[in-house]
Amino acid sequence: MLVKQVSAFIENKAGRLNEIADTLAKNNIDISALSLADTTDYGIVRMIVCDPEKAVLALRESGVVCKITETLAIAIDDAPGGFAKGLKALTDNGIEIKYMYACISHEKGKALMILSVDDPQKADALLASTDAGKVNPSEIYRHI
Amino acid sequence: MSKYYQPEIETMPYEEMRKLQDERLVAQVKHVWDNVPYYRKKMEEKGVTPDDIKGVDDLHKLPFVTKDDLRECYPYGLLAAPLKDCVRIHSTSGTTGKRVVAFYTQKDIDLWEDCCARAITAVGGTDEDVCQIAYGYGLFTGGSGMHGGSHKAGCLTLPMSSGNTDRQLQFMVDLGATIICCTPSYAAYLAESIEEQGIRDQIKLKAGIFGAEAWSESMRKDIENKLGIKAYDIYGLTEISGPGVSFECEEQTGMHVNEDHFIPEIIDPETHEVLPLGEKGELVFTSISKEAFPLLRYRTKDICVLSREKCSCGRTLIKMAKPMGRSDDMLIIRGVNVFPSQIEEVLIEVGGGDITPNYLIKIDRINNTDTFDLDVEMSEEMFSDDVKSIAKVENAIKDKLRSILGLGVNVHLVNPKTITRSEGKAKRIIDNRNI
Ligand SMILES: [Zn+2]
Repeated sequence: MLVKQVSAFIENKAGRLNEIADTLAKNNIDISALSLADTTDYGIVRMIVCDPEKAVLALRESGVVCKITETLAIAIDDAPGGFAKGLKALTDNGIEIKYMYACISHEKGKALMILSVDDPQKADALLASTDAGKVNPSEIYRHI
Repeated sequence: MSKYYQPEIETMPYEEMRKLQDERLVAQVKHVWDNVPYYRKKMEEKGVTPDDIKGVDDLHKLPFVTKDDLRECYPYGLLAAPLKDCVRIHSTSGTTGKRVVAFYTQKDIDLWEDCCARAITAVGGTDEDVCQIAYGYGLFTGGSGMHGGSHKAGCLTLPMSSGNTDRQLQFMVDLGATIICCTPSYAAYLAESIEEQGIRDQIKLKAGIFGAEAWSESMRKDIENKLGIKAYDIYGLTEISGPGVSFECEEQTGMHVNEDHFIPEIIDPETHEVLPLGEKGELVFTSISKEAFPLLRYRTKDICVLSREKCSCGRTLIKMAKPMGRSDDMLIIRGVNVFPSQIEEVLIEVGGGDITPNYLIKIDRINNTDTFDLDVEMSEEMFSDDVKSIAKVENAIKDKLRSILGLGVNVHLVNPKTITRSEGKAKRIIDNRNI
């Protein structure tokens, strides 16, 4: 399924990541997945949160540059070969994955992955009929 | 109507122009020697007398005049004509308190207005046009200079002065203004207001003449697109006369200097040596026709390039590029002259937004080599969720600066609002070199 990812720019300076975590905590925004891509000077925090719009507003308010991008969440079997099986529909159709990271899963025997591709709508259509496409939205946008 | 206001001057062959300049310069030097003790003293100190000045080739022998001289001579010290022959003053604020007061005889006003009329005619102004003057009137030269020029060019003149945007737009629509003269920032503001009010289709503007402020090529494109006009640059300063010292023609590649009245030179701001055509340096003007306030070799502090390449408009007047910055702001990094305005142009282009991303230039000297670092505040326009796209932005800034300056720069993208702003205008340069 398609999920809205919040990404934010951070300088590689002590405390920057904390500031983002604090802002989200203060606004009662829960994080289901997080990854950090970094270079020597700066990094990009990518997150799946319960309320992306609210998160972006709160982050901007605190002076963080951020944006929402469409990504994909796929469910894979938590077993050998599960990962390859889950991605089959995409690799068979020549869809390249720009980056991916793991997301919390509460369903037994399943793992959730967040994927970024060039054309998320197309990828989502390809996955829809497969097991990998069966993701429960409440698993992703969890409200406390 | 002709496409030139004074074709005999504007298309005069160079040799003839040079002869005219020689004659006028010789007479002018004698005029100030005879009438301005301050000048005579300055020349004597340099060991020059009017006999040494036989033409433009001898111009370099004369001493410079700077803003400090103007301050020292306030208000009458450089006056070269009897006060009873003067008919007007204009004034501009000095950098440290005291204002500069410039005097005009009727002849001075006439030649200045001729210069402005050349500028208005060059953008297509004729007796069929309605010219809206939205520069300030008063001590500032912008309003009255363009006003007089508009009269001489035969336009119906709307003496609006600056501000009161609703009234500006009402007259622009009701009286069908075809040419607007104002500062570029006010033009951008008018364009926005026109867009907001949805009255673009009621506007008849075809051209705008914008000056008195630094503006970039991207700002020009933006104003041209929003107003559906051609936007022309004009240059001038109160010390020399006012707007119209130089003006842009239809080619829009630099401004023709009215060199029958004002001789431009480019000098090295450090060594004061005169530089050949095409080289970048400080712009210096000598007034050769004015009576009341004729400055010789006035250092403008504007950094600029002159060119005598043939212009497709047919004018033979020498052209000056848009000033690239002030010699006060100039940095020398690894022997290269660098202006904050050059960096701003690149950041606007790469940033893709309307406003310049905030930046900070950091220079240091390590092991006898200058280091050049540039912090740029991240913006929504430059940000992306993947590293490659951000690296592309970073590299675009580096590559463009390298091609413009011939210098490598370390670009650092930093969090927004982390570069200190002082009074709205950020402190843009930290130079830690101890030279
Ligand atoms: Zn021309």
